[in-house]
Amino acid sequence: MESEKLSLPNYNIPDDLQNVVAITTLDRLYNWGRRSSVWPLMFGLACCAIEMIAAQASRYDMARFGMEVMRPTPRQADMMLVSGTVTKKMLPVLIRLYNQMPEPKYVVAMGACASSGGPFKEGYNVVAGIDKFLPVDVYIPGCPPTPQALIAGLIKLQEKIDKQSIKKVRWYQKGKTDANYVPMPVLGPDLIDVRRSAEYKAAAAQKEGAE
Amino acid sequence: MTAPASTTTVDLIARFPNSVSADARPGYAGFIVNKESLLEVATAIRDEFGYDLLTAVTGADYIAENKMEVVYHAYKTTGGPGLVFRVQVERADPVEVPSLVGLWPGVDFQEREAWDLYGIKFTGHPDLRRILMWEGFEGHPLRKDWKEAFFEEEAKPFKSRWPDGQHSYVEFKNPFRDNLNFPKDFDPEKYQPENEKDLYSSLERFSTQTEDGLKTDQIVVNMGPHHPSTHGVLRVAVKLEGETIVGLKPVMGYLHRNHDKIGERNTFLQNIPYTDRLDYFNSMSNNFGYVTTIEKLMNIPVAERAEYIRVIMAELSRIQNHFIFIGMLINDLGSMYTPSLYAFEERELILDIFEAVSGARMMCNYFRFGGVARDVPDDVMQKIKDLVYDRIAAKTDEMERFLNENEVLVGRLKGVRMINAEDAIRYSVTGPVLRAAGVPYDIRRADPYSIYDRFDFDVAVRYNGDMYDNYLIRFDEIRQSLRILEQALKQIPEGPINSQKPQYQVRVPAGEAYGRVESPKGELAYYVVSNGKPNPYRYHVRPPSFVNLTAIEHICKGSKIQDFVALLAMLDIVMGELDR
Repeated sequence: MESEKLSLPNYNIPDDLQNVVAITTLDRLYNWGRRSSVWPLMFGLACCAIEMIAAQASRYDMARFGMEVMRPTPRQADMMLVSGTVTKKMLPVLIRLYNQMPEPKYVVAMGACASSGGPFKEGYNVVAGIDKFLPVDVYIPGCPPTPQALIAGLIKLQEKIDKQSIKKVRWYQKGKTDANYVPMPVLGPDLIDVRRSAEYKAAAAQKEGAE
Repeated sequence: MTAPASTTTVDLIARFPNSVSADARPGYAGFIVNKESLLEVATAIRDEFGYDLLTAVTGADYIAENKMEVVYHAYKTTGGPGLVFRVQVERADPVEVPSLVGLWPGVDFQEREAWDLYGIKFTGHPDLRRILMWEGFEGHPLRKDWKEAFFEEEAKPFKSRWPDGQHSYVEFKNPFRDNLNFPKDFDPEKYQPENEKDLYSSLERFSTQTEDGLKTDQIVVNMGPHHPSTHGVLRVAVKLEGETIVGLKPVMGYLHRNHDKIGERNTFLQNIPYTDRLDYFNSMSNNFGYVTTIEKLMNIPVAERAEYIRVIMAELSRIQNHFIFIGMLINDLGSMYTPSLYAFEERELILDIFEAVSGARMMCNYFRFGGVARDVPDDVMQKIKDLVYDRIAAKTDEMERFLNENEVLVGRLKGVRMINAEDAIRYSVTGPVLRAAGVPYDIRRADPYSIYDRFDFDVAVRYNGDMYDNYLIRFDEIRQSLRILEQALKQIPEGPINSQKPQYQVRVPAGEAYGRVESPKGELAYYVVSNGKPNPYRYHVRPPSFVNLTAIEHICKGSKIQDFVALLAMLDIVMGELDR
């Protein structure tokens, strides 16, 4: 973003200080910094990961949008790109990675599987959409989304970051330090979401017949 | 070059009159072996009859006959048709069948899979744990009486969707309002998971004392499932003595998407797009294997032009797979990005062709029973010719010029042992890894399918079996693929692209078929059983990655931990087909 865009128009800057001084809000400066270097977690789940790699390769070159610095460790990443089918067996790992990411953090659900389960929704080992566990910021449709679609989705994420305010984002709220923490699911006879265990117990008690 | 052996019928019944009988069911072939004498018969099949490569072991559940079956497919590495033998047992929980792991260690993971998904207990298996699901999962999902949480009907198309279209969210039909299925009166708060205990006990840690009295501990290092060099979501628990690997257990199933179960609900045609998502680098090869299998069952011819289009697409797919393999291998060796960018440049050009003919870059869904979905237009054909005659050959030379003499690459790869021919066969390893070990076994030659017998090409083979040979053989295969492509592009006739009328529901007679193709990663096979209904009764994928990975512990034992990433890269696994 150039300095003209960063400046708020309401203040007059003397001619001799044009392009030297910019007056802006803290939010805009902060968002400008954030949106220009979103570091994704280097993490491929399934087919979509290959298109993610293709989007980084020479023809599509995601680096043009400041999103190419893939970090293998969640502690240096800003954004989790859920690129593929999330299985029940994988979910605890995914949640742990998410919890290890420092805030601010964003989640992008890439492709049909991450958004809703996709063609594998009926499968017994498939989580029907990662949004049942993580707060998803952008959904990218496609099976798999083309690199163009992926880049379009990431630009949407940048637009979303542009509109955020430090005052309102959930990770700077007082007294809500773990507002983003997602409790780890447990692998039992099936996937146990510990937040819903009372609900499961009630439903299991009413289940007809012993299985 | 191995010439296909003449089809001699194996007289297994004369050899074992009391324990072997012919399978008399219509549409089935092979022999039924008594459970008690399975080991004896299997030894004879391997040692006396020469079927040294046991490629597939899988279960099948015949609930109507109250029987469970374990089906074995054995082949000769010298070529020729295979031998099917099976064991039938009364349906129970669990079913017990003797394990063949002592004869063919390559059946290790496949038997574990049959235990996991069918509850078939292989007695004598040293490490029979669940493999795709986690320990503690309720039930054996592929049994016909096991219903998944989102179960709607036995077979598609579901009545709620077609023809009425009165569907609703499947979540609302499930008591847990999600893709979940708990046993009655299950209390999640009291549940104690014990998922990891068995894995670590299979890797038993112990301490040793060196000669000078120094006590050393072996340590277990976990790698993955989130790791930049595991080619997806594979987890490996490695036991180390210093830097040397002394034991290794891969943990998989992190991408187990239930292809088999979903495939048995789908109609035959609906499975084609699912096969795209097995080995997501090579959707064309996956399609090829599946349609070949179903055509075997249906016994229909394939349109002449379509045969050529299929071969062209499959070979293009092999070329781009090997380019990516080389790029990713060097990525894993530490040269991040640059070589793989060169590889991806070529891949994009080949994907352009796939997109032009099928409409999708990766998930092509291009093959149909009896032909292909769309014809290749002239301008696309010209593009393919430009690529094949000019660009790819030059780029292959360029890659070789850049890399083959590279000091780091040679230093890391040359002389690092991978697997020798004898062990590779015992472990059922197929594909480039087997050929780099000196076994010229390529299904395109050994048991030709489609029209591969018309082309003049060599089976790429190298003899040292070290990592450098495994790397070079990929270039050899690209060159041979180019040879096939050149001939195919010259010979391709005009004409219809499908021998059948386009139809949503194909009629598949009852019976079984095992169709296999040489995918870029090895032998890709499908085992399909039809009972005459619109849906397959049993749909099993025999993925090369999964079976090749069985050998990983053998390959890595004694190597340094630093080489592990390269050794894993050499197997060229892809998680989509490994976990299915």
